[in-house]
Amino acid sequence: MGARTLLSHSFRIAWKDILELYRNRFGLVLLIVMPLFMMAMVGFIYPTSGSSASNLPVAIVDSDAGYHNSTIASQTFTSVLQRINSKTDMMKLTTASSPADIKNLIQEGDVEGGIIIPSNFSKSLASGEQGTVVIITDQSNPQVSTAIQTLLSSVFSEMSTMMAQRNVQTLNPTITANDSLAIVQPYKVQTQGVVPGAPNYFDFVAPGIMAMVVMMSVMTGLPAAISQEKEIGTMDGMMVAPINRLSIILGKTLGQTVRGLLQGFIILILAVGLFGVTIQGSILLVFGLLLLGVFSFVGLGIVITSFAKDQQTATMLMTTLMFPMMFLSGVFFPIQQMPWYMQDISKVLPLTYASSALRKVMVLGAGIPDITTELTILIVFGAVMTAIAVPVFRRMMTR
Amino acid sequence: MIMVENLTKKFGDFTAVDDVSFDVKKGEIFGLLGPNGAGKSTTLRILSTLARPTRGTAAIGGYDIVKSDTEVRKLIGIVSEKMIMYDRLTARENLWFFGSLFEIPSDVLTRRIDELLELVQLTKWKNSLVGTFSTGMRQRMNVVRALLNMPRVLFLDEPTLGLDPQSSVEIREFVKKLNRENGTTIIVTTHTMVDADMLCDRIAIIDHGKVVALDTSTNLKKLISGGDSTILKLGVSNLTADLLETLRTLDCVQSVSQENSTHVRLIARGDDAFDRVIDAVRGKGGKIASMENLQPTLEDVFLHLTGHEVRDSADQKIPLERHRRFGTPQRRVR
Repeated sequence: MGARTLLSHSFRIAWKDILELYRNRFGLVLLIVMPLFMMAMVGFIYPTSGSSASNLPVAIVDSDAGYHNSTIASQTFTSVLQRINSKTDMMKLTTASSPADIKNLIQEGDVEGGIIIPSNFSKSLASGEQGTVVIITDQSNPQVSTAIQTLLSSVFSEMSTMMAQRNVQTLNPTITANDSLAIVQPYKVQTQGVVPGAPNYFDFVAPGIMAMVVMMSVMTGLPAAISQEKEIGTMDGMMVAPINRLSIILGKTLGQTVRGLLQGFIILILAVGLFGVTIQGSILLVFGLLLLGVFSFVGLGIVITSFAKDQQTATMLMTTLMFPMMFLSGVFFPIQQMPWYMQDISKVLPLTYASSALRKVMVLGAGIPDITTELTILIVFGAVMTAIAVPVFRRMMTR
Repeated sequence: MIMVENLTKKFGDFTAVDDVSFDVKKGEIFGLLGPNGAGKSTTLRILSTLARPTRGTAAIGGYDIVKSDTEVRKLIGIVSEKMIMYDRLTARENLWFFGSLFEIPSDVLTRRIDELLELVQLTKWKNSLVGTFSTGMRQRMNVVRALLNMPRVLFLDEPTLGLDPQSSVEIREFVKKLNRENGTTIIVTTHTMVDADMLCDRIAIIDHGKVVALDTSTNLKKLISGGDSTILKLGVSNLTADLLETLRTLDCVQSVSQENSTHVRLIARGDDAFDRVIDAVRGKGGKIASMENLQPTLEDVFLHLTGHEVRDSADQKIPLERHRRFGTPQRRVR
């Protein structure tokens, strides 16, 4: 049987599937709602870079006893702290009576952290020593605890710099503010991205979600669609027609791919229109990559279809596989943050490469030469899976 | 037209079809009669290339069903027990989709779809979604779908299952007409005696995967009445289990089946069968209210050949039949 007949039969089956999808209005609505939820959820829950936190409730205990007749250093400290905070509103500062009180407040959940200025604060500073400030954190919530630590450390280091600058200027009044800064902090850090603008978390997450949703849609859609046709009996109608078995699987895949790409397109529109994502690279390449991603996955989907006895099993199997893939492929969390063994697992998942390539193209404006590694891996993975899937599927169809 | 030789199909340890052989002549209506799980549907699936035989061969129109399955598929049409159609597509779209999988020029296909819809009086609903059809309409669609490629052999799997008597008659008439006018060879599986009796030129009785008898309906019935067997319907006003047991143990009685609380149907042998049965009943104090000498039905033939009724073994083996395992199909259009 010629390739042309094979393809034309596939197209008819795909067209039939798309027509069925189009008639299923409820399903169509879900098709749009699902990516919208997904984007909104991950986009708004995770902190966007820059303003990592705001209005974190923090309590201050000032136990500074002062030292002789010099000014009480803690008052200067607190006023500077309040001045800095009033510019950014990162913390909501309250005062507490004692260190034990802070502990209570944290346990009751009224504050997320505390600052203790010890009684010898003024004394240390006046006698030429470093003044120690203690930060209390809530260990039951590691993320907030880290956030407060980072926040306070940077605030305190800024304050230290200011104090040091003032001290230098006191020693030598001829030095300007800028020069004194150069003495206190000789090194200055400047961060610059590859592309202009400040990418937010959506820029990071949108390509990954696109890759994931498209592949998930094909991978769960294909087994479900095929086993459903087996269950209601319509598969027999196709099987008794004098057509190649391949055109059935090809047509079904095609139908599901169209559905998946439609979802990908919806995400793209949402990402650009609603969440301010900018696309640096070529949109054609983006869709090309999505297609390649589908190709790399489809074999796996077919194998599972062949083994699963009914729709429910197929869907459950796919979900089981999809779940770790979602989290290990660097779609939501950078792979670099994972421990080495998890990184190794993520290296064998095709979604990792699809989402990484997509991110490079969409955020960094990369072209084909920049993503050859990812392309090669996806093609090889897809080819191997398809080579396994086709004979398995043929056997399954005529038991 | 169809040649079946030593066909065997095993699902694991379970033998669904056991060494089945038969021939079907061109233009014949051939029935496979047996209870659910007897192997009829599996046989049909093998013949229509939907399943592969474990052993044995079969050929349709000279083409081997395994080696030349594509050629076989061009010759056949199948009306499955499950409705082969999509609820979200209209009648016309359904027929168009399945028709387009055969190499039929589109103008011919368009005309044929119109003719077929007219034939089963569905023209009015050709642009309605199949999901909104009644069971009878769906089954007519199901039959018509199998005729798109003008098959020379048509397989019907339980075509009247779940239909009301009116629709059943319509389907039977339609099949007969098809056979008469187009000379289509038809193989039909059924577990209803009426279907087999009224439709089929020849009937193969299948039980536990084996063909136990194969002949015309008339000849099959002669297996009973042609011998010296008599079928009696006995009305006993005070029927007891003890009395039934006595009847069963009589050496002239071949089989006994209770029809309701007062009536017993039995097959007895010998010239003095009447006398001996009456003696036995009265000997146990039974009061005979009525007595009829019946013409044998296919049900009697089945009982006579297998020792159990068609509906007896119906439930035992259904789970083992793989393609039926998923229960009833779900309708998707609400």
